[in-house]
Amino acid sequence: MRRTFKAAMGAEAAALALLAGLSSAQAGSLKIESWRNDDADIWNSKIIPAFNKQYPDIKIEFAPSAPKEYNAALNARLDGGTAGDLITCRPFDASLALYQKRQLDGVDGIKGMDNFSDVAKAAWQTDDGKTTFCVPIASVIAGFIYNKEAFAKVGVSEPKTLEEFHAVLEKLKKDGTYVPLVMGTADQWEAATMGFQNVGPDYWKGETGRANLIAGKEKLTDPQYVAAFKEIASWAPYLGSGFQAQTYADSQNLFSLGKGAIYAAGSWDISTFRGQAKFAMGAFPPPQPAGTTDCYISDHTDIAMGVNAASKNKEDAKKFLEWLTTPEFATIYANALPGFFPLAKTPVKVDDDVAATMVGWRQICKSTIRNSYQILSRGTPNLENELWNVSAQVVNGKLTPDAAGKQLQDGLDKWYKPAK
Amino acid sequence: MAESVSNITAQMPRAKLAGLLLFFLGPAVVIYTLFSIYPLVATMALSTYTSDPSGARYFVGLANFETLLRDALWSKPFWNALGNNLIFFAVHMCVQNPIGIALAGLLSLPGLRLKGFYRTVMFLPTMLSVVIVGFSWNLILSPLWGVAAGALKAVGLGSLFAPWLGLESSALVTLSLISVWQFVGIPMMLIYAALLNIPDELIDAARVDGLGQFRIFFHIKLPLVLPTISLVSVLTFVANFNAFDLIYSVKGALAGPNFATDILGTFFYRTFFGNQLQLGNPTMGAAVATVMFFIILLGLCLYLFLVQRRIRRYAF
Repeated sequence: MRRTFKAAMGAEAAALALLAGLSSAQAGSLKIESWRNDDADIWNSKIIPAFNKQYPDIKIEFAPSAPKEYNAALNARLDGGTAGDLITCRPFDASLALYQKRQLDGVDGIKGMDNFSDVAKAAWQTDDGKTTFCVPIASVIAGFIYNKEAFAKVGVSEPKTLEEFHAVLEKLKKDGTYVPLVMGTADQWEAATMGFQNVGPDYWKGETGRANLIAGKEKLTDPQYVAAFKEIASWAPYLGSGFQAQTYADSQNLFSLGKGAIYAAGSWDISTFRGQAKFAMGAFPPPQPAGTTDCYISDHTDIAMGVNAASKNKEDAKKFLEWLTTPEFATIYANALPGFFPLAKTPVKVDDDVAATMVGWRQICKSTIRNSYQILSRGTPNLENELWNVSAQVVNGKLTPDAAGKQLQDGLDKWYKPAK
Repeated sequence: MAESVSNITAQMPRAKLAGLLLFFLGPAVVIYTLFSIYPLVATMALSTYTSDPSGARYFVGLANFETLLRDALWSKPFWNALGNNLIFFAVHMCVQNPIGIALAGLLSLPGLRLKGFYRTVMFLPTMLSVVIVGFSWNLILSPLWGVAAGALKAVGLGSLFAPWLGLESSALVTLSLISVWQFVGIPMMLIYAALLNIPDELIDAARVDGLGQFRIFFHIKLPLVLPTISLVSVLTFVANFNAFDLIYSVKGALAGPNFATDILGTFFYRTFFGNQLQLGNPTMGAAVATVMFFIILLGLCLYLFLVQRRIRRYAF
């Protein structure tokens, strides 16, 4: 009998503790769900204190999960009613599904939302673009980071056009000191993300092409897409020896050890290089194909935040979201995490010079997001996965640019029937 | 002579026997049912459903299997994965097990010194984490930092070097050989143990008859350890068709280049859990898992009927 009594006491204590935990997550306090556990320090030491200067009464807890587990863990907590008040949103379908299940509220009513362009919001909108359900936080930009010492030694400068780009690569190859272009195809995604999606927008005119592809007005077999594949296919002679087995980590090491001259980059690489590379770095946007005047960059929206529809403290949550739209937040975020760029229209001063250069491209080029991300990767075969495979094969010389476009379009045609 | 067990149980009262059975077998049956049989049945049940975007599930009978085997979109990667799996298995059978047998044969030679040392060294990789093995070999074979290129050059074979893990033609065999390197200790140990069981009289008799070590091994020892070798083959078969971790840790879920290293395990993982923008499809994944189960079951049945029944055992 005594034992049952003890057990009951224990259970009760546990239940009480649970209730206390739940109630502490209510009035006056907010909990943030996120996959950015790498950034927990920055949130706790910089972002939240800055917010608390204006709103000292709102207590905020940053409670991240591991990136790989985030989707599953978040879904389980939302279904079970134990998720935090603020939900960090992945771009496109993962978050759209949450909105469709009515687990996220719309955020169009929040003051400051007009501080974001349509492109910035597109990743967290319904397909018709009428409702936005997360406040954009950051994007990542693709381009090329280069070793300034290597350029000085070989006597070349930042290329503006693809013709110049190839001339630079040729010179670097002749010189032989450096691997002219650092990129591997072992992990496949680099060929797609830092290859095809990096130089491609200039060919398909960024958002115009992306929208046309979704509308079914353009096909991946069209010349502008095949041309992008032709361009990345032409990189093979300038890549490191055995690039077919070179992983992403290999590429990062190769460049930060000073053995490579140009690195096909995402801006998220900046912080890695800052920690390791001992040489001066510069960055240039994707060089332009002959005959084009406007330039386009892949300015890919990656992180946003929304309100849990079941939150007990929506009022405070909305105050926080409103603060996320301010230049103050944007400045803190951009400088704490160089390479993750705020999406607000108001310009932000970024201290890191490479990061500042990359975000500066927004002033001269038009932003677009990766064309496989919205809607087109909803079915089977998945366009993004296909693109990884096909791009790597094109660079490896195993697939012609024409065949690559055909394979992608054939896959898309199997399940995607846009209204024409 | 002691009374046989069946006689004892036959004389026992029914209730007592039932109680004893429950006591000894009950826990195992409960745990096995809960953690092995139930998930298996649940997986098979799940494979007969499909789900819509809102998450609701509908019963579709065998439609998932029809899609998997008849729709080119699914059947192409499926047959590719199965084919690769067979190559993976073949490499293990043709390389791992003969080397295991040879090593065991050498270890069991009388008069060999440092036996314990060799045994430990050769068994060591088996105990390493697959992720570490994958990572190390990735580095060893890396065209950028690897020692493989330099080692080949040192013996004048530098021109033979290629980025093996990155080429469609060689990636799968390279990964298979890495797996062989890691697991060769298991057949070696099992066969070594069987060789130690062979009575010395037999070997001595053979020697008196004038046979050398080589012929003793092939004519006396090998036939006697055949049952163990067939057991090793079955273990290899089951392990290879369930394999996943090495490929995933070295090549990722897309098993590149161009799915050249895709095996059933990675195909299942991609289908069930999704990858990058591809959301997981649990019902289709369950169908893949069910087919994998039946492939392994079929392999085992063939083995039991064609091989196991014909094996002759010797009692000494």
